Amino acid sequence: MEKQKAPIDHKNAVIRVHGLKKAFGDYEVLRGVNLELYQGENLVVLGRSGTGKSVLIKVISGLLQADAGTVEVLGQKIDQLTTKELQALRIRIGFSFQNSALYDSMTVRKNLEFPLVRNRRGIGRKEIDTSVERVLEAVSLSQTINQMPSELSGGQRKRIGIARTLILNPEIMLYDEPTAGLDPITCIEINELINEVQERYKTSSIIITHDLTCAKQTGDRIAMLLDGKFQREGSFEHVFDTDNARIKPFFDYNFIK
Amino acid sequence: MDTTDTTPIIPEPVKQKRFAGIRKSLTDFFASLYNINSFIIRFFKEAFLPPYEFKEIIRQCYETGVRSFTLISLTGFIVGLIFTKQSRPSLAEFGATSWLPSLVSIAIMRALAPLVTALIAAGKVGSSIGAELGSMRVTEQIDAMEVSGTNPFKFLVCTRVLATTLTIPILATYTGLISILGGFLNVYVNEGTSYRTYIGQVFDPLSFIDFTAALIKSIVFGFTIGIVGCYQGYNSSSGTEGVGKAANGAVVTAMFLIFIEEITIVQITSWFR
Repeated sequence: MEKQKAPIDHKNAVIRVHGLKKAFGDYEVLRGVNLELYQGENLVVLGRSGTGKSVLIKVISGLLQADAGTVEVLGQKIDQLTTKELQALRIRIGFSFQNSALYDSMTVRKNLEFPLVRNRRGIGRKEIDTSVERVLEAVSLSQTINQMPSELSGGQRKRIGIARTLILNPEIMLYDEPTAGLDPITCIEINELINEVQERYKTSSIIITHDLTCAKQTGDRIAMLLDGKFQREGSFEHVFDTDNARIKPFFDYNFIK
Repeated sequence: MDTTDTTPIIPEPVKQKRFAGIRKSLTDFFASLYNINSFIIRFFKEAFLPPYEFKEIIRQCYETGVRSFTLISLTGFIVGLIFTKQSRPSLAEFGATSWLPSLVSIAIMRALAPLVTALIAAGKVGSSIGAELGSMRVTEQIDAMEVSGTNPFKFLVCTRVLATTLTIPILATYTGLISILGGFLNVYVNEGTSYRTYIGQVFDPLSFIDFTAALIKSIVFGFTIGIVGCYQGYNSSSGTEGVGKAANGAVVTAMFLIFIEEITIVQITSWFR
């Protein structure tokens, strides 16, 4: 399914990353990453496992600290924020984890309520219920409201994970491997959901993946991360229209053209 | 035999390797001491500043109490019963079995009740906290809390540490009373002492210092169980192995510290008697 292009404001970058470096011990994962995410855009970051794709979005969300470089999110430099300011900024960013990271001890309802109750002190019961129902409907899983995460399938968990981030109406969505470990049909459903979220919530997103179907269906722009830097960037067709011996196989091993 | 052989008994590379190992162990030890210290300081910084997590603290208190209640009841009763039974022959030799209630109460209220409660709670509650937070760390649930604008340290660590600090003294008092009841069963069966007489003899030798020391001990033990469990779980490394290590580390470290604290507090209180 081809993605319906949403309007992108190329003058307004919601995330700006410049010269980002991050190392773990002696291993330098990110070696000077530059990136801009524009308002309303879905940017797909492709790369092999271990190239630092997840590290990149963890630095953007402030979960990890950069060794060098600057990260500016919605006009605020991450490393210059106080804990309170960072907390306030994070409410405007949705983070969908690779393994969904649902709270095991809570039902779906409690999982969804949690960020809302924590961040909007004094919110009424009626408003909470309405918000929970709204996001569950958005991910088409209203029937799971009283189930425990352990009772859900992998695809359902991903959807609930996304719903949990949507409940705070984020301006930016960060998806970490949204289709990892799912069957092809569920993958397509998740890709469609990502596009729906972009359209309905007017979000700008970074989608980390190595699934080319996901990249093609959801990405307005693709960036290929290799050796700790973006080596190629542009439309899906442009990125893979190359004879580069390290990028070409990535495309050839997948079965879509 | 050539006595001029200067070859070292331990070859140089082996020596270097051994020293490198010792140096690494020492570095790791001091690094972990520093980390634990920072963790405790962070707890005191965050626990007493708003917003307060009263609801979660009450829930954790309930969890801590309920998790250990049955085991503590059973152990407390048996400790009292066995202690009285084992002490009887020694006192009988001097015809001093009438001192049994006093002996039981001193032993139980001064030492056994807080210690037994703390050791059971370290096993039940400490391991559970370590495993729970460890698995939350491994499955990125703690990160998920952080990115959704919640302070996970305050919500997960401060609440659990406060809960164990508040609950263990209550449980220790309960253990003391149950143990005294166990002792009464033995005294009643052997001597037919009435409950009223027994209780009078039990509380007679106890002083204000005994109760205060027991209370302080329980608070310190509760804090130790909570902070060690949380530290191990919150900082557990990736993988299921990390969760197991966190649970195990929570129990072993807490028990070790509890014994050291017991000795220290007993020594300090003895100066006040």
